[in-house]
Amino acid sequence: MLTILFDGVAYGMLLFVLACGLSVTLGLMNFINLAHGAFAMAGGYCTVVLVNRMGVPFALGLPLAFLVTALLGGLFERTLYVHLYARPHLDQVLFTIGLVFMSVAATDYVMGSSQQFVQIPEALQGQFNVFGIGMGKYRLLIIAVCGGLTLALQLILSKTRFGSRLRAAVDDQRVARGLGINVGAVFGLTFAFGSGLAGLGGALGAEILGLDPTFPLKYIIYFLIVVTVGGTSSIVGPFLASILLGVGDVAGKYYVPSLGAFVIYAIMISVLILRPQGLFARPVSR
Amino acid sequence: MAILETKNLTKRFGGIVATADVTLAIEKGARHALIGPNGAGKTTVINLLSGVLKPTAGRIFLEGRDITALDPHQRVRLGMGRTFQINQLFLDLTPLETIGLAVAERLGAGADWWRQVGSRSAVTGEIAEIVERFRLGDVMHERTAILPYGKQRLLEIALAFACRLRVLLLDEPAAGVPEAERYELLATIAALPADVTVLLIEHDMDIVFSFADRISVLVNGTLFVEGTPADVARDPRVKAVYLGEELDA
Amino acid sequence: MTQFAADVSSYFKRRARWSPFEIAFWIFAFASIWLFPQKHLILTETAILALFALSLDLILGYAGIISLGQAAFFGLAGYFSGLVAKYGLITDPVLALICSGLVAAALGFITSFLVLRGSDLTRLMVTLGVALMLGEVANRFSSLTGGADGLQGVTVAPIFGRFQFDIYGHTGYVYCLIVLFVCFLIARRIVYSPFGLSLRAVKGNALRSAAIAIPVYGRLVAIYTVSAFFAGIAGALLTQTTAFCSLDVLSLERSADLLLVLIIGGTGYLYGGLIGAVIYKFMQDWIAILTPQYWQFWIGFMLVLIVLVGRERMTGWNEAVRAFLVRLVSRAMARKPALGDAAPDQR
Repeated sequence: MLTILFDGVAYGMLLFVLACGLSVTLGLMNFINLAHGAFAMAGGYCTVVLVNRMGVPFALGLPLAFLVTALLGGLFERTLYVHLYARPHLDQVLFTIGLVFMSVAATDYVMGSSQQFVQIPEALQGQFNVFGIGMGKYRLLIIAVCGGLTLALQLILSKTRFGSRLRAAVDDQRVARGLGINVGAVFGLTFAFGSGLAGLGGALGAEILGLDPTFPLKYIIYFLIVVTVGGTSSIVGPFLASILLGVGDVAGKYYVPSLGAFVIYAIMISVLILRPQGLFARPVSR
Repeated sequence: MAILETKNLTKRFGGIVATADVTLAIEKGARHALIGPNGAGKTTVINLLSGVLKPTAGRIFLEGRDITALDPHQRVRLGMGRTFQINQLFLDLTPLETIGLAVAERLGAGADWWRQVGSRSAVTGEIAEIVERFRLGDVMHERTAILPYGKQRLLEIALAFACRLRVLLLDEPAAGVPEAERYELLATIAALPADVTVLLIEHDMDIVFSFADRISVLVNGTLFVEGTPADVARDPRVKAVYLGEELDA
Repeated sequence: MTQFAADVSSYFKRRARWSPFEIAFWIFAFASIWLFPQKHLILTETAILALFALSLDLILGYAGIISLGQAAFFGLAGYFSGLVAKYGLITDPVLALICSGLVAAALGFITSFLVLRGSDLTRLMVTLGVALMLGEVANRFSSLTGGADGLQGVTVAPIFGRFQFDIYGHTGYVYCLIVLFVCFLIARRIVYSPFGLSLRAVKGNALRSAAIAIPVYGRLVAIYTVSAFFAGIAGALLTQTTAFCSLDVLSLERSADLLLVLIIGGTGYLYGGLIGAVIYKFMQDWIAILTPQYWQFWIGFMLVLIVLVGRERMTGWNEAVRAFLVRLVSRAMARKPALGDAAPDQR
């Protein structure tokens, strides 16, 4: 059973890294970005190309995935997304769905429609047996990397100047601008960073989640559930939400295989009924 | 008996007390003004009375009935409604459609999905009467979004009136209205039927003193002074709050 | 009644009158049965899509609810009608159609309480979530639904015992067109009623709507349920005319394509879904000849383009084209146009 917990935590932390960019973008820019999964997919495919086809070592492939996707995210933000911040949510939804469709079809065209696997180095294959708990080495890596990232994010948010500017802008954009904070630059950097994280998550998660051109369509609902349950006003909220969902999903699929996939949806619906603003959210002024 | 009463009405937003222990009693047919410096919490009181906000403590009574727990649309059905300081209108509808909507809702025809709007003569008769009373006849087919501000303000009040409210809460009706259009607005308010009770928030003291028969002064969420216009105008505490303390004794 | 009141009354009556454009549209629609006898299969798909888009227009165009999950109602009714036909539970197609619609409406009613709480994001979430969940259910219970292979062995009995469904789609098309027209008539009545007016008010300003005693929540639940009913009818029509139902009726792609269809045609005037469906099917036919596999790319591209160009500008072009067509048709019919009338004379 502890193995299940372990696997669930790994899955949850992966979900967190993937989804936290979406949470921050939504909380910060009030922008519904359904194309977030496409950035994750980009990171995954980038690593596949680098590691499998160009022989780049895995340890390098991950940070490169982050960089490439972050750059891509920054580019998209400055050229396309920036025009849509003031638009109604329907426009944002239509636009980002359009981007998803384009990216799915383009990826299918360029890379083919079959599932891709990243060649994981020998050292990460297999598992440790600690006190009778089977800990997959790869999953251990995921927990380590994602845990480290989470701590880093929390530190950046609370201890750095950029972090406080970001938090100010999330809380109240107009006032932040009035204080001389370059909100546009904060948006751009944050969006790029969030996309980069998604890319990294996609690269890490290729092994566990499966990487094929339909990835953004399959997983957007999970990211949205994390954001809905965790709220958009902190890092802790989505983190706890992801762990909850990860453990719930893995445990559900193991113990009740016929209904396992519904655990996630059941959690989403219960939260929306009981606390529509999210389990961990604080009310934010707009 | 007072038609609208509050007892110890309090509203807290986290650590901030926006409304502190407000007890009001407004008589039927009164023209009651609520004044106070900016930030005193006047709009919060209106929001509490109309149901947009739920109070942290205290109760509200309409015609003797406790309405504290009721939703806004339920309070309107009981005869109390409001206008908004910043126009809250249906920008894509015309004044005719807007008033028609309010009248239809009131006459219970609002949920009717089968018959056409305007097919009942009782409804159209009343719509026509309200359009004329509020001098909207010349603009009734234009989209609200393109109406001049004074006309929009008139529509704002016409909309509340169309609900045949017995108690009308007016939140700064003259706010933002250009000088040229003020007269029409004020004349219309003055011509409201005598059996309608009006609670008015205003900054313009000319309007307040010419319109109101009773004034309450709200400062920092608490009721400071209450009385006839003459009493309030003479009260040194009111002068101090609005104009600052005298430097010499 | 005073003269003024009479003017008010006649203004409303004139507003709801059938314009020459509408009459021409439906005459042409029914004439297409005889004008394009070889195209009945694709016309059937168009009619079904039109009804589906009409259902979305009711909630998006008139009540302002963004939904990514209309496919849930479409698919639920689709599977329901297939199953009742396959197992002989309801043999009369029209009865099965109505029952499927009611089942979809029930789902709409139950989920409306979740959908209508909270912001645009939660609405998106809930509508999408419900559709995907149903997809998961359909996949899971593949012994019942046929899973990824689809529901097999559906045989649909003749309508009223007389009109057999045929492989050329003749019966199917007439059937769908009539159902579309009936549903359209109902939607039209709703839209021109006080209820319909209150929906537009709620969409424009929910706060003020509550302040004039409109029970905002109750109205939205009602229109959401009606919309689910129409979407369900469309789904059941698809199953009945094709004798088949598969998992893609519940997919995100179907809901997203539907948004595109409605946006192309324009929201908020009832014909947007119908016109959009025709244009979409034209494009699909045309682009499928060019690149059959990557159709999705062009759909995405179109969505991006439409948003960047701006929906207001598109609505502007839309209205200009419509106004032009109205003038053409009216001149042909030698009558004064009723759309876009000037205000009646006063005094």
